[in-house]
Amino acid sequence: MRWLLLAVGAGVALWLPNGLYAPVAVEMLCWALFAVAIDLLLGYTGLLSFGHAAFWGSSAYVTGLIAINLGWPFPLAVLAGALAAAGLAVPIGYLAVRRTGIYFAMVTLAFAQMVYYIANEWRSVTRGENGIQDVPRTLFGLDLSDEYYFYYAALPIVALGLFGAWRIVHSPFGRVLVAVRDNPARARALGYPVHRYKLLAFVLSAFLAGLGGGLFAMAHRFVSLDTLHWTTSGKAVIVVVLGGIGTLWGGVVGSALIVRLEDWLAFSGFEQVGLVTGGIFVVTVLLFRRGIWGTLARLRRS
Amino acid sequence: MTGFLQNTFNGLVGGAFYALLALGLAVIFGMLRVVNFAHGAFYMLGAFGAYVLLAEAGLPFGYALFAVPLALAGIGMALERALIHRLTRLDPLYNFLLTFGLALILQDLVKWRYGVQSTPYATPPGLAGTVDFGLFTFPAYRVFVLGFAMVACLIVWLVLARTRIGVVVRAATERPDLTRALGIDVGRWITPVFGAGIALAAVAGVLAAPMRAVNPLMGADLIIVVFAVVVIGGLGSIFGSVAAAFAIGLVQAWGEAYASQWPIISQITVFVVMAAVLLWRPAGLFGREENPA
Repeated sequence: MRWLLLAVGAGVALWLPNGLYAPVAVEMLCWALFAVAIDLLLGYTGLLSFGHAAFWGSSAYVTGLIAINLGWPFPLAVLAGALAAAGLAVPIGYLAVRRTGIYFAMVTLAFAQMVYYIANEWRSVTRGENGIQDVPRTLFGLDLSDEYYFYYAALPIVALGLFGAWRIVHSPFGRVLVAVRDNPARARALGYPVHRYKLLAFVLSAFLAGLGGGLFAMAHRFVSLDTLHWTTSGKAVIVVVLGGIGTLWGGVVGSALIVRLEDWLAFSGFEQVGLVTGGIFVVTVLLFRRGIWGTLARLRRS
Repeated sequence: MTGFLQNTFNGLVGGAFYALLALGLAVIFGMLRVVNFAHGAFYMLGAFGAYVLLAEAGLPFGYALFAVPLALAGIGMALERALIHRLTRLDPLYNFLLTFGLALILQDLVKWRYGVQSTPYATPPGLAGTVDFGLFTFPAYRVFVLGFAMVACLIVWLVLARTRIGVVVRAATERPDLTRALGIDVGRWITPVFGAGIALAAVAGVLAAPMRAVNPLMGADLIIVVFAVVVIGGLGSIFGSVAAAFAIGLVQAWGEAYASQWPIISQITVFVVMAAVLLWRPAGLFGREENPA
């Protein structure tokens, strides 16, 4: 069953830009990484980060600036962006893991807003509201300006990121994270430095979100302040909850659905996207807390 | 000196808005264990309520100041009964998420109807002048805002400290299970307390209408700053939230006045203070450590 699912998933991923408008397919890839990054924290460590836009967006900026100023091939620029996001996550995570539960969400939200304000004021680098435009997309002389080909260039990076998340969850480290989530006092009594485990999970999660954000910058060839705004963090949380908290693959399904839905709404000229996503989210939280993947997994078991 | 006093006064006025919002958040959190993400949306609805009453019904500011908070408290209580109530037994994160969804919906509903442009709201005629304090003069409307907010905070404090309802609310905040065991019907007070918290946010919104641009996004970024304020004060502590609100208002106003070449300073001070508080007293200046994990 597991191998069958994996084969189907790989098949769908390989076929996707043939069945969908290619830029939408690329966007799904980016958001899938973002959602899995959030789920790594929320589902497996029990920490709801409401500030991951700080990592997604800062990586987007670093990636874009490196590509413009240094002309690095795009996977290297994205990697540098993700490393920068992970670096930013060290001080933020160090402070945030001192609180748990609802406070953790508020604190991460607040720090991300601080990053947003700084980017907004630091115009010489971020170009303020104009954003960074015309990000070049190169890979050793290959022409990737067509979104269709860029999808296949980005897919291996996303696959590596997802595989990394899967490895983390199923490693001894991942099991400790679950223990920290379920019973922090006991985990500490067993000798695990709880804060340090949470911090490492936070930084790894920021790295994954940064991979997604860097690819997002490359996909749009444009970086705006929106990538850092808390509504972006909120959208990622919506994607995870809709897909299923603590399921990892749920985030992938959720991002495909939300990105497709938003594209469809934009196409049909309805601008109040928050009305629809907010409504779906409220219904999910009220009636459907396992999310799509969680519900399917449960149906299969019973 | 004159300039300093004026800046200080401005800081207190800014702090008054934070105080009304933080107070509402703290009261709701105390009773329901819900961090209400939709608080900023209700602040925005308060300002829009004032605007709609004036523009479409011709009702002036004075009516709005009482009618809008009452109406929004009603809407808030209905939402509490219909939605929030269903999740109170679960991890508080679910209600945080639920109210986040509600905030998106409320914000986009207003955007849909009124667009994203800011709408002006004239200063109420009786409060249009300035007040002379001897050393400096100050817009009368701002004096009124500060006075009204302080009276509202004082009333909440009196209710909590001196009335039977206040005793129940404080007891339920400290030890909900024990309060129930003493035969007090805690559940009966949950919905009214939620309504009162929403009313405070709405009051802040109505007061903001003549001073700040009325638009659907006015509460969106403000609520994040208020979150930081209550983390600084200690979310469980009502006094701490109000004190931190005024302190942050002052620091921001001074930053705006004396570091005006770096606007970033007044924007991020609150977050820097929050970081310092997290290092030094993770539970907040006036808060107590929750379950140490």
